Amino acid sequence: MSTTAEHHEHGLSDSGYVKIALILAAITALEVSTYYVDFGPLFMPALIVMMIVKFVMVVSYFMHLKFDNKLFSFLFYVGLGLALFVYFAALATFKFFIA
Amino acid sequence: MAIIERSITTTEAFSVATPSTSLGALKRPVSSTGWKSWLFTVDHKKLGIMYSAAALFFFIVGGLEAVLIRLQLAAPNGKVLNADLYNQMFTMHATTMVFLFAMPMAGAFANYFLPLQIGARDVAFPRLNALSLWLLVVGGLVLNASWFLGGAADGGWFMYAPNSGPIFSPSHGVDFWVLGLQVAGIASLIGSINLIVTVLNMRAPGMSFMKMPVFTWMILVVQFLLVFSLPVITVALVLLMFQRSYGATFFDVSQGADPLLWQHLFWIFGHPEVYVLILPAFGIISEVLPTFARKPLFGYPFVVFSGASIGLVGFGVWAHHMFASGLGPVSVAVFSIATMAIAIPTGVKIFNWLLTMWGGKIWYTSAMKFAIGLVVLFTIGGLSGVTHAVAPSDTQQTDTYYIVAHFHYVLFGGMVFGLFSGFYFWWPKVFGKMLNEKLGSWNFWLMVIGMNLTFGPMHILGLQGQPRRMYVWTEARAGEGFFNLGFWNLVASIGSFILAFGVLMFLINVIHTARKGKQAPADPWDARTLEWLTTNPPKPHNFDRIPVVHHLDEFFHRKYESDPVTHNMRQVATGEELVRAEEAAADAHIHLPSPSYWPLVLAVGVGILGMGIIYGAPIMVVGGAVVLLASYGWALEPSTAEDIDFASPSDGGHTKEIATHG
Amino acid sequence: MAETATHADQAHHSSTGLSNNKLAMWLFLGSECLLFGGLISTYMLYRGRVITGPRPNAIFDIPFTSVSSFVLLMSSLTMVLAVTSAQRKDDSRTNLWLTVTALLGATFIGGQVYEFTTFYREGLGFTTSLFGSSFYSLTGFHGVHVSLGIILLLSLVGMIKKNKITGNKAEVVELIGLYWHFVDIVWIVIFTLVYLIPS
Ligand code: HEM
Ligand SMILES: [Cu+2]
Repeated sequence: MSTTAEHHEHGLSDSGYVKIALILAAITALEVSTYYVDFGPLFMPALIVMMIVKFVMVVSYFMHLKFDNKLFSFLFYVGLGLALFVYFAALATFKFFIA
Repeated sequence: MAIIERSITTTEAFSVATPSTSLGALKRPVSSTGWKSWLFTVDHKKLGIMYSAAALFFFIVGGLEAVLIRLQLAAPNGKVLNADLYNQMFTMHATTMVFLFAMPMAGAFANYFLPLQIGARDVAFPRLNALSLWLLVVGGLVLNASWFLGGAADGGWFMYAPNSGPIFSPSHGVDFWVLGLQVAGIASLIGSINLIVTVLNMRAPGMSFMKMPVFTWMILVVQFLLVFSLPVITVALVLLMFQRSYGATFFDVSQGADPLLWQHLFWIFGHPEVYVLILPAFGIISEVLPTFARKPLFGYPFVVFSGASIGLVGFGVWAHHMFASGLGPVSVAVFSIATMAIAIPTGVKIFNWLLTMWGGKIWYTSAMKFAIGLVVLFTIGGLSGVTHAVAPSDTQQTDTYYIVAHFHYVLFGGMVFGLFSGFYFWWPKVFGKMLNEKLGSWNFWLMVIGMNLTFGPMHILGLQGQPRRMYVWTEARAGEGFFNLGFWNLVASIGSFILAFGVLMFLINVIHTARKGKQAPADPWDARTLEWLTTNPPKPHNFDRIPVVHHLDEFFHRKYESDPVTHNMRQVATGEELVRAEEAAADAHIHLPSPSYWPLVLAVGVGILGMGIIYGAPIMVVGGAVVLLASYGWALEPSTAEDIDFASPSDGGHTKEIATHG
Repeated sequence: MAETATHADQAHHSSTGLSNNKLAMWLFLGSECLLFGGLISTYMLYRGRVITGPRPNAIFDIPFTSVSSFVLLMSSLTMVLAVTSAQRKDDSRTNLWLTVTALLGATFIGGQVYEFTTFYREGLGFTTSLFGSSFYSLTGFHGVHVSLGIILLLSLVGMIKKNKITGNKAEVVELIGLYWHFVDIVWIVIFTLVYLIPS
């Protein structure tokens, strides 16, 4: 219903969002660069970290979780957390992370 | 597309008005009586009743299938079913019981009583609620249509790969099974989101989480389990469907596939699912036991938190269903320990119930008998469950009748007894008439005897090595003396008939009560929670005014006050008086959502779309078109009245709106 | 009646003060995490299992996919701009940004169609190998989500133009936005795990 008025003040301004998008674009460029430049053993962890950063940025800013009521974060992150837990555990039983 | 849906009925006349001016073309249905009022209803109470009718129907279907199974196994070399039909029978028996009886019946209770218990006028999304019901019905029909269209699914209810693949299961049975479950799964997913939002957002003023009735709590936990476990089986079903219908290779071992993938996906869903089945029953008896022991529930916070922790830990134990599949020692050890841990919160609950009854003035109604039956029978099933948690012993038990014994003690002795307890407890609330107590007693004792005779011997059969899913046994291998398989198989089969007779008693009771049952008083059980603060049956808008809550067990605390000197509870009002008082102070404007065609149309469209996967693209196109049409109809449907018809929410405080998201 | 009117909580007409629709949407997205998680895990388990047909590294065209990933990422920006315009009650801006978002989404889908046909021509069919089945299932599922999002966006534009939205318009835009961003973050994960990290 119409009781969501309170969070509008807390979001970013349009230019703020553009800035976020620029950062996201820069990270993406970095990600793609790993295809051309050899980063050695850092390659995998760097890619994973960049992925997580992008993910969290979109969720926090574009999807407003940073500014919104914590209940929304709870509902979403419980799902995400459970997904990570069960699928990591299942893949682990296949010895996926050992090989 | 969120369309805020608002409509109006007055407390005087319940016919729903539909001003056609609202948005032009698409009007909403208006009937408030007759069959249309049921088909197009969005009222959670009517939907709840329809849920229970559908579930009861499937209970009978699944029960008949069970009886056929037991007939086949009653004597050596059974001739009732052949091997193929036997496979279909136990697969469909289990699928029907779990997905078309147990879940919808719990859904029926949840739909009907959850809004009443939290003092709301409906659920958060009434149209989605109707959609859930109709999708469930469509799913059930699709599942069972297979009987008439070339044979039902035959891979067992967990449908392990590669057995479920086109090579080992060439009929369309598994395809229907996949589709039916997929549709029923969407129904539950929508339903669970709906109920969670309802609990979060529609509680009466003053009802904090720790003042919520335990039934509502358990339903809330169950809905969280569903929201987060259904997508996993959805993935599994999609993979299987792609494999069977479009030639994908997911479980094709010759391509290097790992059939264990199916087992993981199935049981990541499947273990939370068993709590989905049992927790509603726990919730029901947590209302029934205090009412009839005439004491508050012992340790309310413990019951709540143990329920919630069962829910959480329930996501981390699934591989105990896979101990015999070659997971490797580390995985087995981890999952074995996690599984034993889950026995702790379950045990906590049992002690809470026992201590609730301890020292109470127990009133042995039928509802109470079934509740006590649950405590006893579930404990037996729980104990055999702990023996499966111990991996080495489980390797002996897996795939024997011992397992069958275990899960019927928890499912039948636990869940079904809880649901029956709920029937007797809430029947007067829903239909305004009392179920007959004498027939109820017959119902109870026949079911207790039948259930123990049927499933008790299965422990022995299983430990003697009789495999489950075995379509025939022979005298030559039956053994001798006390452990003769023939004897115990016969006992189990006789037991199943007694059990069926017990269930029949309930149906007779229902008919008897409908014909000449006695009118229910306002508060027949001296009950404790808010659903009794309204007439029997409740009016369409549930409450004449929204109650303001100050206590756990609010209704009880309005009837009784603690004497300042003796600290005894002393009655200050009867339930009847309280209900009348609410009527006298009724709200002036009550907004209820009006009926809608689209949930039904949309559900039918989804059904057709699914059939297209089996019978080809043209049917799929038709189904897709219906779905699209219904979705636009849904989104563009007028809210039933203009905004000006409504007092703004802040000016009176006595309006309750209901929003719908499409 | 006067009595009821004094209860302050009632004026909020929702226990948490939050929107039903938004709570439902977030729950749905939480649930979707487990859906895509399952598909992604299936892919991760199976991507190296190729008996016939091409292997992932032989077939992926990273520069091409990078561009389409970038397009989808930027559609999240335009979506946010649609939401803020809607909150300012600026219908024409809202419609403009919604349309741009839908177009960017369509570009992404176009890229996916192109990619699929190329892969198919290079010998990777749906039934070719475990890699093929799990790759097409995962990315196809995502593609269906994007397509659904496009339909939602365009329907929304139509409804705003015809003034058919009775409720809180900004909230409807925001809800569809949440869905759209979610589809975007799923792709962020897919892009890294499926494309950038070689098997
Ligand atoms: C009417 C009373 C019931 C009887 C007489 C009965 C009987 C049976 C029997 C004999 C089997 C074993 C078939 C075999 O392994 O060859 C079986 C399987 C099963 N039953 Fe029941 N049952 C009853 C009620 C229920 C209920 C209420 C539920 C669950 C809500 C249920 C769930 C199952 C499940 C999950 C299986 C396993 C099927 C499989 O192996 O795939 N049953 N039942
Ligand atoms: Cu389990």
